[in-house]
Parts: sequence; structure tokens; C-alpha cells
Amino acid sequence: MHTLPQQLANGLFIGSMYGLIAIGYTMVYGIVQLINFAHGEIYMTGAFGALAVYTNLPDGMSIWAALPLMLAGGAIVAVLIAVGAERLAYRPLRNAPRLAPLITAIGLSLALQQAVFLWYPHATAGKHFPQLPGDGFDIGSVSVAPGDIFLVVAAVVCMSALATFVRTSRTGRAMQATAQDPDTAQLMGIDTNRIIVIAFAIGGLFAAVAGLASGLKYGQIKYDMGFQAGLKAFTAAVLGGIGNIYGAMLGGVVLGIAESCASAYISNIPGMQQLGGEGWKNVWAFVLLIIVLLLRPQGLLGERVADRA
Amino acid sequence: MTTTIPQQPTPASAGPKQALLEASGVIMRFGGLTAVRDVSLTVNGGEIVGLIGPNGAGKTTFFNCLTGLYVPTEGTVSYRGTVLPPKPHLVTQAGIARTFQNIRLFANMTVLENVLVGRHTRTREGLFSAIVRGPGFHRAERASRERAMELLEFTGLAAKADHLARNLPYGEQRKLEIARALASEPGLLLLDEPTAGMNPQETRATEELVFAIRDQGIAVLVIEHDMRFIFNLCDRVAVLVQGEKLVEGSSEVVQNDERVIAAYLGEPFEGTPQSAPEAAPADAPESAPAGAPDDDEAPENDEQQENDK
Repeated sequence: MHTLPQQLANGLFIGSMYGLIAIGYTMVYGIVQLINFAHGEIYMTGAFGALAVYTNLPDGMSIWAALPLMLAGGAIVAVLIAVGAERLAYRPLRNAPRLAPLITAIGLSLALQQAVFLWYPHATAGKHFPQLPGDGFDIGSVSVAPGDIFLVVAAVVCMSALATFVRTSRTGRAMQATAQDPDTAQLMGIDTNRIIVIAFAIGGLFAAVAGLASGLKYGQIKYDMGFQAGLKAFTAAVLGGIGNIYGAMLGGVVLGIAESCASAYISNIPGMQQLGGEGWKNVWAFVLLIIVLLLRPQGLLGERVADRA
Repeated sequence: MTTTIPQQPTPASAGPKQALLEASGVIMRFGGLTAVRDVSLTVNGGEIVGLIGPNGAGKTTFFNCLTGLYVPTEGTVSYRGTVLPPKPHLVTQAGIARTFQNIRLFANMTVLENVLVGRHTRTREGLFSAIVRGPGFHRAERASRERAMELLEFTGLAAKADHLARNLPYGEQRKLEIARALASEPGLLLLDEPTAGMNPQETRATEELVFAIRDQGIAVLVIEHDMRFIFNLCDRVAVLVQGEKLVEGSSEVVQNDERVIAAYLGEPFEGTPQSAPEAAPADAPESAPAGAPDDDEAPENDEQQENDK
């Protein structure tokens, strides 16, 4: 359990999830320079949306048949909330000082948590989430659970689809153009409001995939699960270079591996026995962030741009 | 679904003397400052119209009113008889494209991608078809790329299609801005100081380029400080001084108007084109005109004269 390959694999799994959520932070930031602190809650509502679909499916339906429906349900909820937040909360503040939308995002984050807490049936405690059938299996010395496989496959599929979309489609080019210079993009005939909505929608979609994957991996979802995951994903986005979609994924994986290795090995260092284990892994994640930002303020893959970060 | 929109009816069909752009009574106020005072201007199909005036006269502000970046405080701008909506992307869609005084390319995209962004309004692509990538998607992409390459050939940038825009030398960046503007298949092209910072050879090449654009049936409205360039090129010239239109007329009329000379050209004007020697004052001294508002232009004019000798 404590071998290095196992720790690397654990880091990769959790890192894929951070990366999927981080895409939402980084795309929105890249285009409107807004840190959407409610994004962690969008991930959470995605998970609850998927669970709501599962609860209403007929008994005895196989989980494999249910999975696409759950994904669709989660995606619809998360995308609607993400796009609705943009339309109702952020767009009116587009030209306001930057702190205004930031505080709005924090408020929205709390509001979404409380809404699920109050209105989702019995969501005051953790909710049990269906599991993929089958036991974990071993690849060499690494043991892998079905949920982990789902997570990694989902991350790879989403990421490559997004990269192709952004690089080769008309809308993708319009997104790049809007990120670089919104005014000029408008004068090229690009409806920047539409591009911003698409960025929020893609972020919501990926957050829903991550929410579903997280439920499958841990077997439980909770109304406040978005807080820490969101914070970590935001860290991953900054680590990778905020505004860069590849950076978000890389940052997520680096952060996940650093966390899992730190919690396993730090306590082996003489004099640091107290500083290892689960409780301290978040501290080490942020230590890593600080070190990277000291050496490379623009993040691992970020462009050095004066007015960003 | 994905289709390439057929090109807009070319301005040739609008008839050479038909009004393409009609700005009437445009007033632009910023708080207490009136940057543009009651300016009316008409551009007809197939025409090259110049807009000159001292720095701060409101030329670029007027351009911004035409392209929907600013909403005029009073007055209307109509294109082909329809009042333009105050949304830049709809103005571009209607058929007006522009370049910028300070180059505003998408620096981190390739030369070809910049032009493809310019084609945004002339390709239709649903989000759905971009994800599914059916044959229609590929057909539209291919058509767009072909047209973009044609424009790069036209401006002489085809060999550099894969270079990043930020790596082009200055003069070619200006050309790329023109190619990108042409990509939206405009009926009217607005050029904001297209030869700023160019050497005389580059300026002459730009002159040729503007004539070639006009010969394709695209009307041109150009802001410029280089009087030789303006008077060689334009069918009509309008002079803005302190936000007001002082004079409008043919090159000869404008060059000899006393108010223009007093306010802008300086007495006597030394940059008179060779093609109209009768307009040059007989006793032109070699020194820079005392009243020239833009000192930067003076040495450049001297240099041009030396080259001509």
C-alpha cells in the first residue's frame, strides 16, 4: 500500500479529478479574469444531480446503463447553474471593480451549499453514492479500483476533446481570441457574451464529470464537498498557470502526486514524524504551490503576462 | 449545421455612387468632454475616403462610433441604408471591418489563425457540429482555410502562415491586420493609421495594397497623418479639428483650404504630392512647417523628399 508506484497512482487519480475541476477555473479566468469561487459548488451540484437521477431510476437497472443517464443529469444541473450564475450574478458586474464579482462568487458558493443542504432530501449528512461493480484489481504492485479507472478515462477523454475543440474549431479559435483581447475579438465579429457562456458551460460540464467520478470513487457525496475540492482545483489551476487548459490538468496531477507522496513519506524523515499523514497533506500541497510560484510566478505552463496572476 | 455563408453581396453591386456608410450628426461626449461634435460623413461604394486632422481631433473616437465600440451620444450611423446596432460583432457581421492605430493582433495565435478568427462571421458552425465534427464541419473548415490562405497571398504573408503573429516584423503585422479585416468579407474597410511607423517603401507598398483592395470593390475609409499618402490615395478627404468637421472635398480643395492649412497642415505645406505640383506653394522653404501639430511627421517627410531627389 505504501509503495512508490501506488502513491504515484493514487496521486494520478486524485490529480485527474483536481484537473477536471481546474479546467473550469482556468477557462473562466482566461476569458473574463474572474476567479469563480463558486465553481467548487458547481462540482458538488453536478454530483447531486447525478445522484438524483440514480435515485429516480427503476430498481434493478444495471449501473452501466444508469451511468450515462447520471452523467447527463449531473451535467444538466451543473451547466445550468454555471451558466445561470454567469448570466444573473457575474454579467451585471462585468465592468465593476474586480473585487465585486469575487465577493459575489464567494456569496454564491455559500448560497449553493446551503440550498443543497436545505432542499436536497436528507442531504444534511453524507449521501451514499452507487458504486461500480467489481473489486479492485492489481497492476503489478498497484491496486486500482473501478472508480479510479473511470476517473482517469474520463479525464483523458474530456481533456483531449477540449484540446481539439479549442485548437481546431471556429468557436475554439473565437475563445482563444476573446481570451487574448476581448475588444478586438468583438470587432472580428465574435459575440463575446456567447463565448463567455460557452466557457462557463464547459467548466460546468467538466465539473459534473468530476462530481460523478468523485461519487463513484469515494462512495459518498456531501453538500460541503465542493469547498475543499474547489480550493485544491483552484490551486492546481494556479500551479499549472491560470488561463492555460493544459496547465490546469498538469497542475492537478502534480498537486495530486505531491499530496499523496507527502502524506506517505514526509513522516519517514527524521524529526518530521508529526508532519506526515492525511492531516498534513493539504499543508504540503500549499507548500508546493508557494515554492512553484516563487520560482515561476506565472505557473508551470503559464505565459508571463504583466496584468495577470 | 455547418455551412459557409456565401459572401455578402459585393459592394460592386451596390453601385459606385451609392452611399455605403452614412454617419449623420454623430456626437460623442465623455462626461464634460465632447470628442466628436456633430460629424456627418458619407462613404460611397468603390471610394477611398481620407480622414485627417491633428492628434486628439477625434478621428479614432469617430471610428469607434462607426464600429459600435462606442455608442454615439447623438446621431446615427447607417450602413447600406440600415442603422447599425451598437454591438461591434453585429457591425462586423453587417460588413464593416477595421484595423487599429496600435496593432491589436492575437499575438499568441499563428498568422493563419488570426485570419481565421477574422472569418468568424462568415462561417456558421453550431456548437453541436463542432463537437460531432461531421463532414459539414470539415468542409466549412477547409473552405475557411482556403479563403484565409488567399488573403495571405494577397497581402504577401502566405509564406509565414504558421508563424506566431507576435514574431512578425512590424510592417508585416500591419499587413496581417489588414488581411484579418478583409477575412470578414467587408464592404467597407476602416484603416486607422495603416502606415504609422513605416518607412517610405513600406508606405508605398501599403498604398498599392489599398488601391488593390478598392479594386476588389471594397470601399475604404482611412485615417492617416502622412499627407502624401492621403492625397495620393483618396477620392475625398475630410478634415476633423477639435471634434468638428472643418472641410470635406477633393485633395486639391482640402490642401488649399486656408482653415485646414492654419489648423493642421501648417503654412506652407511641404509634403505636397508630385502628382499635383500646381498645388505646391512656389516658395516652399526646406524647413519643417512651423505650425505642424505632429512633429514626428516632419523628419519623415524630409526623408521622403530626399529619397525622391
